[in-house]
Amino acid sequence: MQELIARAKELLANGTVARVLGWKAGDLPYNPEPAYFEKEEDFKDFVYNGFCGANLSKYMIEATKLEGKTLVCLKPCDTYSFNQLIMEHRVDREKAYIIGVGCKGKLDIEKIKKQGIKGIQSISGAEITDDAETLTINTLYGDKTIPYADGMLERCHVCKGKEHKIYDEIIGESKDTKDADRFDEVSRIESMKPEEKFAFFQKELSKCIRCNACRNACPACSCRKCVFDSNKFDSSQKANVDSFEEKMFHIIRAFHVAGRCTDCGECSRVCPQGIPLHLFNRKFIKDIDEFYGEFQAGEDITVKGPLTSFTFEDVEPSVVAERG
Amino acid sequence: MQRIGVFVCHCGSNIAATVDVKKVAEMALMEPGVVHAEDYQYMCSEAGQARIQEAIKEKNLTGIVVCSCSPRMHENTFRKAVERAGLNPYMVEVANIREHCSWIHKDIEEATKKAVILMRAAVAKVNLNTPLKPGESRVTKRALVIGGGIAGIQTALDIADAGYKVDIVEKTPSIGGRMSQVDKTFPTLDCSACILTPKMVEANAHENITIYTYSEVENVSGFVGDFTVDIRKKARSVDMTKCTGCGVCQEKCPSKKTPSEFNRGLNNRSAIYTPFAQAIPNVPVIDREACIKFKTGKCGLCSKVCQAGAIDYDQKDEIITEKYGAIVVATGFDMIKLDKYDEYAYSQSKDVITSLELERIMNAAGPTKGHLERMSDGKPPKEMVFIQCVGSRCSDDRGKSYCSKICCMYTAKHAMLIRDKYPDVNVTVFYIDVRTPGKNFDEFYRRAVEDYGVNYIKGQVGKVIPQSNGKLLVRGVDLIDQKQIVKEADMVVLAAAIEPNPDVRKIATMLTASIDTNNFLTEAHAKLRPVESPTAGIFLSGVCQGPKDIPETVSQAGAAAVKAIGLLAKDKLMTNPCTAHSDELLCNGCSNCANVCPYGAISYEDKEVNDHGKREVRRIAQVNSALCQGCGACTVTCPSGAMDLQGFSNRQILAEVDAICR
Repeated sequence: MQELIARAKELLANGTVARVLGWKAGDLPYNPEPAYFEKEEDFKDFVYNGFCGANLSKYMIEATKLEGKTLVCLKPCDTYSFNQLIMEHRVDREKAYIIGVGCKGKLDIEKIKKQGIKGIQSISGAEITDDAETLTINTLYGDKTIPYADGMLERCHVCKGKEHKIYDEIIGESKDTKDADRFDEVSRIESMKPEEKFAFFQKELSKCIRCNACRNACPACSCRKCVFDSNKFDSSQKANVDSFEEKMFHIIRAFHVAGRCTDCGECSRVCPQGIPLHLFNRKFIKDIDEFYGEFQAGEDITVKGPLTSFTFEDVEPSVVAERG
Repeated sequence: MQRIGVFVCHCGSNIAATVDVKKVAEMALMEPGVVHAEDYQYMCSEAGQARIQEAIKEKNLTGIVVCSCSPRMHENTFRKAVERAGLNPYMVEVANIREHCSWIHKDIEEATKKAVILMRAAVAKVNLNTPLKPGESRVTKRALVIGGGIAGIQTALDIADAGYKVDIVEKTPSIGGRMSQVDKTFPTLDCSACILTPKMVEANAHENITIYTYSEVENVSGFVGDFTVDIRKKARSVDMTKCTGCGVCQEKCPSKKTPSEFNRGLNNRSAIYTPFAQAIPNVPVIDREACIKFKTGKCGLCSKVCQAGAIDYDQKDEIITEKYGAIVVATGFDMIKLDKYDEYAYSQSKDVITSLELERIMNAAGPTKGHLERMSDGKPPKEMVFIQCVGSRCSDDRGKSYCSKICCMYTAKHAMLIRDKYPDVNVTVFYIDVRTPGKNFDEFYRRAVEDYGVNYIKGQVGKVIPQSNGKLLVRGVDLIDQKQIVKEADMVVLAAAIEPNPDVRKIATMLTASIDTNNFLTEAHAKLRPVESPTAGIFLSGVCQGPKDIPETVSQAGAAAVKAIGLLAKDKLMTNPCTAHSDELLCNGCSNCANVCPYGAISYEDKEVNDHGKREVRRIAQVNSALCQGCGACTVTCPSGAMDLQGFSNRQILAEVDAICR
């Protein structure tokens, strides 16, 4: 972290960048938040640790419209989102200075709390420079130690790899933390009977409070004006009056990001109700992989997505009906 | 608020027998905006149209819903009718209560309920309709014909004679197609080449026709009246301007082991070859996969013997880009592969052949110089068995469900020719039915039976078993005499089903022309528009549309030409006003719409916009409405809903869905 801060300060001082987009410490040991750093003294709050899960790519849509370059700290998986935004002409690559920051898996405080850990005062082992395999949580009821992996976000267990897909320089080591298949849960749901599926999603989505956190965090959900905020469409009103509201909202959202979603997992990470929203997106990704061959959105900006390109090898639409 | 009139058609009893039309009209009056509703026996008749026009005037109607047949039938009729009454033609919506309702339901109550729902959806849509005005686009006075068989040649000749330029693109090294492989033609038994080659020569010499052989269509863009097509002219390795067609290169070529495509693999050809003697152009091509020079770098014998210096090993594929107003598909057919019909031992014995192979054997320029002999040992056959419907009229997925239509007649022809030339050969035909509709066709078949003593047996063959003595044991059944038949034959001829040329799928996709499950191109209307594709500007000629014999193919080729000429004769076309537009305040500038647009109609520009007082330069999608065909791909791709289609707006479609779900 110190190396990162030193380099950011240097680039700010020599005028390469006008501001730095990173994370500052929150009011609790586990809730850092995205922030701009424009002056040397701002950096006293700068933090980069295992709880810096937030994907800063989306902030670059507005940041690259500002005067001067913006330094942005991107983890390996965040770079996929940034690439996708480049493809969609939403960010200006020329106005970004990308530091690829090291990552050894990000932490999920809700998952940690679920292990019966309460009254958290401080956590050690979450520092990115620390190679410790364990997390030590100091609580009101004494210290608790758990394996680092047991505190990791779901998305880190299905890590896309430690490689940054776009960067100007890299600071810090990264680790591939994959130890599960990302489609296992999708396959499990696919094998359910229709009524079981419906019940599953009914139960999950009924928790939704329409806080819009998923939409606001999602780098693919970056429309200037969301269809749910516009009076030009009847979808917004419908979503509000109908008991079908939440399902409608999430299903429409999944369709809107299909083929563009990089599976960054921000939707599920920010959901205050713990809804596994990423499952919708993964179902689409799995289908796209099966129908058109494996495709990872944001991996390569020279490759058009299968849903927005056409080849003679493309499957016929009937494949969906045939497969059931 | 619109003032809507709803007109419910009885269509005689077509609709009224299954749908309570009075109830539909009654229910319509309860819909928002509806101020007039009536039912009438034939809405499309003069009287029916007059009723609509009167109602428009009397009740100041602003929108019309006609509940009748498919809009593909009469939408235009009603648009014109309301236009004459002073209404914008795009203020009409058709609720299809015939094909989508009365024809597919039996229960009146159910059908009426559905008709009401369809009416409601149309009313909901028309409530949001706005007047639209079509634009104009130009017509390029040149036609493209894909395929140089008899269908393509005839279409090209007819268009060219009318004074328009035509290009023929043919995949193989020569025009002529399947007809050039046929020996004699039914029902007159004249020689196929004798009647075909004059047409080939005429096409070649015609000042309005350009022939691209050994060429393929690579890409198609644009739309009716203004297509842009890339044609890949494959490297012939022979300079067409220099070659004199002397044929020495083919004689001297040492690589002579490639199965001849023209002779269906019954003999071999050289690596440098013209498919047949009367080929047009009479310029050989080098098959680079078979050529020793291309494989090893050594040889070059053809180049050494060529007096004209026409051999060019460095020739490259050439892409020709040309604009066309109309495109005619004439891609023809091939025989099906017989690997799923191994009970007939086609792969096991050289003496089991297809009918097209028999054509080549009986042809004087064929592998046996026209002598009927067994391909295994060159001996003349004494017993020949013909098996009909191999893969045609097939109820399982091994073959085709359709009748290939030509087999009954060509088998009668084969049988008759053999009995005429070799009276000592016994000919037996196993058939399901003998189908001979066509001028002088049944007489022709009767002659085969009555005058030439061909033995027709109604029944199918279960198995053909090659014997150690070289003969073929045919086990079949005679359904009329109700007995099993076991017969030793010297040759067995299979009337294999015909299927559209496999390449047609790729071509149809490029043309956005629809295709059926058997890969036949679909016509715009099975009865009334049989030579037009539903895609405007695309016409169908020959077997690519369905099985046909030569006279039918030639008639259809002429009909396709007339349709193409009708288009080329126009100076301007009215464009469809249902085009896409982007809302610049909603557009993200993401390019997804441009990526999916099949017509290249979307571009982007940096434009200053005023977003509720906030001024900024944004990347905004722009639609070229002359190029846009209103397919709607952009509107479903656009995540922010900025793209919308006039006449089929997102709002209108959702209103229809809402009305249906109400």
